[in-house]
Amino acid sequence: MKKKSLVSINDFTREEHTRILDLAGAFEKRPKQRILEDFVVATLFFEPSTRTRLSFESAATRLGARVIGFTDSSSSSVTKGESLRDTILTVSNYCDIIVMRHPREGSARFASEVATVPVINAGDGANQHPTQTLLDMYSIRKTQGSLDKLKVAFVGDLKYGRTVHSLVMALCNYKTTFHLVSPLELKLPSSVKMSIKEKNLDYYQTTDMQEVIGEVDILYMTRIQKERFSDPMDYEKVKNAYILRNGMLEGAKPNLKIMHPLPRVNEITTDVDANPKAYYFTQALNGVFVRQALLASILGVVE
Amino acid sequence: MEKEILRKELKVSAIENGTVIDHIPSASVFQVLRILDLTTYGDQLLIATNLDSRKMGKKGIIKVNNLFFRGDEINKIALVAPSATLIVIRNFEVVEKKQVEVPTVVENIVRCFNPNCLTNHEEIGTRFTVIDKVEMKLHCHYCEKITARNNMAFR
Repeated sequence: MKKKSLVSINDFTREEHTRILDLAGAFEKRPKQRILEDFVVATLFFEPSTRTRLSFESAATRLGARVIGFTDSSSSSVTKGESLRDTILTVSNYCDIIVMRHPREGSARFASEVATVPVINAGDGANQHPTQTLLDMYSIRKTQGSLDKLKVAFVGDLKYGRTVHSLVMALCNYKTTFHLVSPLELKLPSSVKMSIKEKNLDYYQTTDMQEVIGEVDILYMTRIQKERFSDPMDYEKVKNAYILRNGMLEGAKPNLKIMHPLPRVNEITTDVDANPKAYYFTQALNGVFVRQALLASILGVVE
Repeated sequence: MEKEILRKELKVSAIENGTVIDHIPSASVFQVLRILDLTTYGDQLLIATNLDSRKMGKKGIIKVNNLFFRGDEINKIALVAPSATLIVIRNFEVVEKKQVEVPTVVENIVRCFNPNCLTNHEEIGTRFTVIDKVEMKLHCHYCEKITARNNMAFR
């Protein structure tokens, strides 16, 4: 994976995914190693994403790397009208690897083609956010022992969430059974469903979260945003149906874990947080280990 | 049949050496000229549109003197004129006749339908992989969205 950019989850093979997850496990055991002291990591956030940026910067700093960059484009030459190409070519001179978040879809692919250093996509518009997918895979594997043949429920906005799309596609390599729980307006797009069908995997669609809770190993929650509905009345009708409360978890399997890409608003009530099945904050921590694994392997420090 | 050919030849005179692109949908004639970069061509260029065609109802035809296309060059027009026939003329004789084929990669001629795709905001070329040649579905190399015939626009 040395010098290889990571733009889309499909840029890496199943074997490479496994390698990253294994490496992340090693970093979880020893998160502080000064193996990147000779390297400069640039974090270019053309739109703010504090959580993702801090996770990358924490990963880099704990390995001894120096971090440079900007946190939103208003403080950079982009506001002066500089093209993305020029920004990337210039920053390539200053660093060994670029981590970038950009509001336009396709920006990371383009950057990876013009940059002279590898690029890690930290989100390009609604398109891809592969490090989120990898940390989700790491979290699932760690809590369930394996990624194979699990029953995974996705709940909430399955239409617009790129996190859901990428993870569904990645899990299609592992014989997953999918439970897709959403309002009718926010069903999983048919293009993503195609990936499930191509692998002949089972999937079930429903609007009722309670009916899947007793079935599944992973309950992946997402936020339903009001602005996704053309009619505000439709939102009012469904908004309470996709809130997870602690009492709903009584019939759940003992190994069930609840995941969420965060930020959470109200779709998981705070009384769930103390339940050992709640995993979303540990999931965020896992993101640091996965990003350490990516930085170290792409920079060629570990094999 | 003889008579019909004769009448056609009267409408668009023959060329000595070059390429004839026949069976172009009338509405696409000017697009084909743009795609093949013929709008500033320096030699004889004969263009006709809305000709009667038994096969197509109405059709367009382009005759380019002293120009021969590579296969991948001419296949670019398959997106707007999938029915087009390519005829190579040497010494007023037809030496080759073939149908255009939909290419597997389409570069720079189609605009990505996704308004938030980077290619619609920066001065960079577009690039698509054709994932369905019948339904004409193009997968954007950059934003990974599918542009299809019903939302296809040209640059």
